[in-house]
Amino acid sequence: MADEFLLRMEGISKSFPGVLALDDVHLEVRPGTVHALMGENGAGKSTLMKVLIGIYQADAGTITFRGSPVQIPDTAHALRLGISMIHQELSPVPEMTVAENIYLGREPTNRLGLIDKRRMYADTRELMAKWDIHLNPRVVMKRLSVAQTQMVEIAKAISYDARLIIMDEPTSALSEREVDHLHGMISSLRGSGVSIIYITHKMDEVFKISDYVTVFRDGKHVSTLPAAELDRQRLIALMVGRELTHMFPKESAEVGEVVMSVRGLTRKGLVKDVSFDLRRGEILGLAGLMGAGRTEVLEGIFGVAPIDAGEILIRGKKVTINSPSDAIDHGLGMLTEDRKRTGIMGVLSVRDNITIASLQRFSHFGLLRKRQMDAASRRERDALAIKTPSIHQLIKLLSGGNQQKVLVSRWLLTTPEILMIDEPTRGIDVGAKAEIHRLMSNLAADGKAILMVSSELPEILGMSDRVLVMHEGRITGEFSRADATQEKIMHAATGNPAVAAA
Amino acid sequence: MTGAGSAGSLTGERLGEVLRKYAIIFILLGLVVVLSIASPSFLQPQNLINVVRQISVIGLLAIGVTVVIISTGIDLSLGSVLALASVVAASFAQAPDWARPMYPGLQLPVLLSFGAGIAVGALCGLINGALIAGFRIPPFIATLGMMTAARGVALIYSNGRPISGLTDEFNYIGQGSVLGIPIPIIVLAVVAIAAHLMLHNTRFGRHVYALGGNEQAARVSGLNLTRIKILIYVFAGALAGLGGLVLSARIGSGQPTLGQGAELDAIAAAVIGGTSFAGGIGTIWGTLVGALIIGVINNGLDLLNVSPFSQQVVKGVIIVIAIIIDERKNR
Repeated sequence: MADEFLLRMEGISKSFPGVLALDDVHLEVRPGTVHALMGENGAGKSTLMKVLIGIYQADAGTITFRGSPVQIPDTAHALRLGISMIHQELSPVPEMTVAENIYLGREPTNRLGLIDKRRMYADTRELMAKWDIHLNPRVVMKRLSVAQTQMVEIAKAISYDARLIIMDEPTSALSEREVDHLHGMISSLRGSGVSIIYITHKMDEVFKISDYVTVFRDGKHVSTLPAAELDRQRLIALMVGRELTHMFPKESAEVGEVVMSVRGLTRKGLVKDVSFDLRRGEILGLAGLMGAGRTEVLEGIFGVAPIDAGEILIRGKKVTINSPSDAIDHGLGMLTEDRKRTGIMGVLSVRDNITIASLQRFSHFGLLRKRQMDAASRRERDALAIKTPSIHQLIKLLSGGNQQKVLVSRWLLTTPEILMIDEPTRGIDVGAKAEIHRLMSNLAADGKAILMVSSELPEILGMSDRVLVMHEGRITGEFSRADATQEKIMHAATGNPAVAAA
Repeated sequence: MTGAGSAGSLTGERLGEVLRKYAIIFILLGLVVVLSIASPSFLQPQNLINVVRQISVIGLLAIGVTVVIISTGIDLSLGSVLALASVVAASFAQAPDWARPMYPGLQLPVLLSFGAGIAVGALCGLINGALIAGFRIPPFIATLGMMTAARGVALIYSNGRPISGLTDEFNYIGQGSVLGIPIPIIVLAVVAIAAHLMLHNTRFGRHVYALGGNEQAARVSGLNLTRIKILIYVFAGALAGLGGLVLSARIGSGQPTLGQGAELDAIAAAVIGGTSFAGGIGTIWGTLVGALIIGVINNGLDLLNVSPFSQQVVKGVIIVIAIIIDERKNR
């Protein structure tokens, strides 16, 4: 009986000041299976995994691994036991090479105690070849794209010869093809008896690769079922505790006059001759694969990065935008792709994060009216249903979905006409996702023009009135809401104009 | 059993939280208690006023460097800038009957010499800020350069000698007192309140926190980072200039060798007071407590006749302990 499960976590509880993050939960993983861990952000998935690899110590509960009870005081111990984890937030050393990152902390040494570089690079090459990853081990990490960095992290996790690999949203930065590649790697790992705990928000993946699914909600174990016994609706219902009828609730708003025109926007090597119009009340979806140049278009428009050619017209008038503050003056707002790196100010309060782009309106004779700032922040919190114990809470303590809502309110306070939103729901749980979508829909109905970049096709199809598709810096397709299909968009996104045009 | 256990640990946690949050206050109080037991004269009002007066100049520099550190910068030049401001201001404030004035016959209103000192400090800060924001030189390097250069200019300007014979009006801001409270303490208090208001109640102040909290996000939010950074260093430089005035007035002469290493004491005060080198975190009152801790240690060890050599060791150890405690708080 002890052999039935590779891992057994029982009665695990963990609390942080003010929060009971895990409440007497259990998790059993069979050898050679892919076990999906699902649940909204804040459900306790990541906390449980951090307990498993020794980043956190549980307040109560036991862990049994390979038949014997274990204590896991730190990650090094977890690795020795054969448990490795690919973290959601990647943490490579940017100045080191691929091989140096993979062997960080366990560099092969020669008899003199010096690093045996030849062996390290040979081993890395072998590892890469075995798993069919096309990367030069001598390339410095900072030169890699996010997707390539992700592949290195995966290779690193495998290289520990782990019996159990935890993957925390490993595909959030990967293109379709790379996701397929990863799924292939997972199947062969499973074939060789390795178990995978797979944390994801993407439904399709769950049904494609997992054998078992465990759902968490609010720090509690809800249920564990074979994947074959589940379908999408049922799974979502388990996660949110309610039937979710409208995942993408974009309602038809009256699409009005053109508010912004982009003509011939070009950034060398990134964006080539991009032109389009954006209308009042419209959500314009910008689809494409990673690296197609979509984010770069937004950066060019918003003055984050200089453009080499092209012009931007706001309500028919040519404008010059050299910095984000110029863009804001012209009624633009932008939510960036990477909330943590370029969005939130983690150590500042919710209120400070909400008001930072619009302090001018709270400033009277040079002094800020704190009470007005508090009132405006509370209004936004209530209007957008931001879940936070107080507007003075540090934003880093909020869940991803609530952080995103804070950033939306930051821009709403600048009263923009045009809102550019890059990956509006990346890394956000299902419930909050629907709320963000409803919010965007309402904003469009209020007459805002929204330019949305998204890598999730259902989101593009569900939310956009019109879809532009980019491939290698160019626009390769344009579809109305009625015409757009997954197939057409993917064809245009992979640079297949013949089919896209048909 | 579980219920009682968790309730117990919760109150335990609360207590721990309070202890950690106000750790530096407790450290200060602890030092005061220990010293007042060890040396009866410590708690004498006159001695306490002395302690505060002694930290007034470091306190001014520390307030400036707190703002700099919140923005994820650093300013190593403040001690040298203080010396430069000291000699420049003193050269405009010599009494007409002094034997060897630098500018014979020159007689300026005292406020003008004050203005000159502060302006010199602000100018140095402007150069720092321009190097950092305009030429994108790391703050450590830019202000290291200024630290050396400003000291050199101070030595050249004064010919390496003290500039003495200052007017009584000038010396008043270092030696005078109102209702028994020395002017330097009043200056520090006024500046501290103003700086606190600036950080928390002006756009500029919130922008400083935003810049330190996440520079990229601040940029996308439309903040003019070049302007903000330059103003931050101008502010710190101007306060170093003011510190130079107060110190010169206190000792009655401008000296090019003043303030050596003062920037490090100022940084220590800021950091003991909870300002985070990672940026976005720090308060003026915390920095003042940090400066007071340094002042109390200096004073107490003097009273206990600890040799100056050993004093440095004690100071270093206490700084590091304070940071360890603070570091745990932020976990």
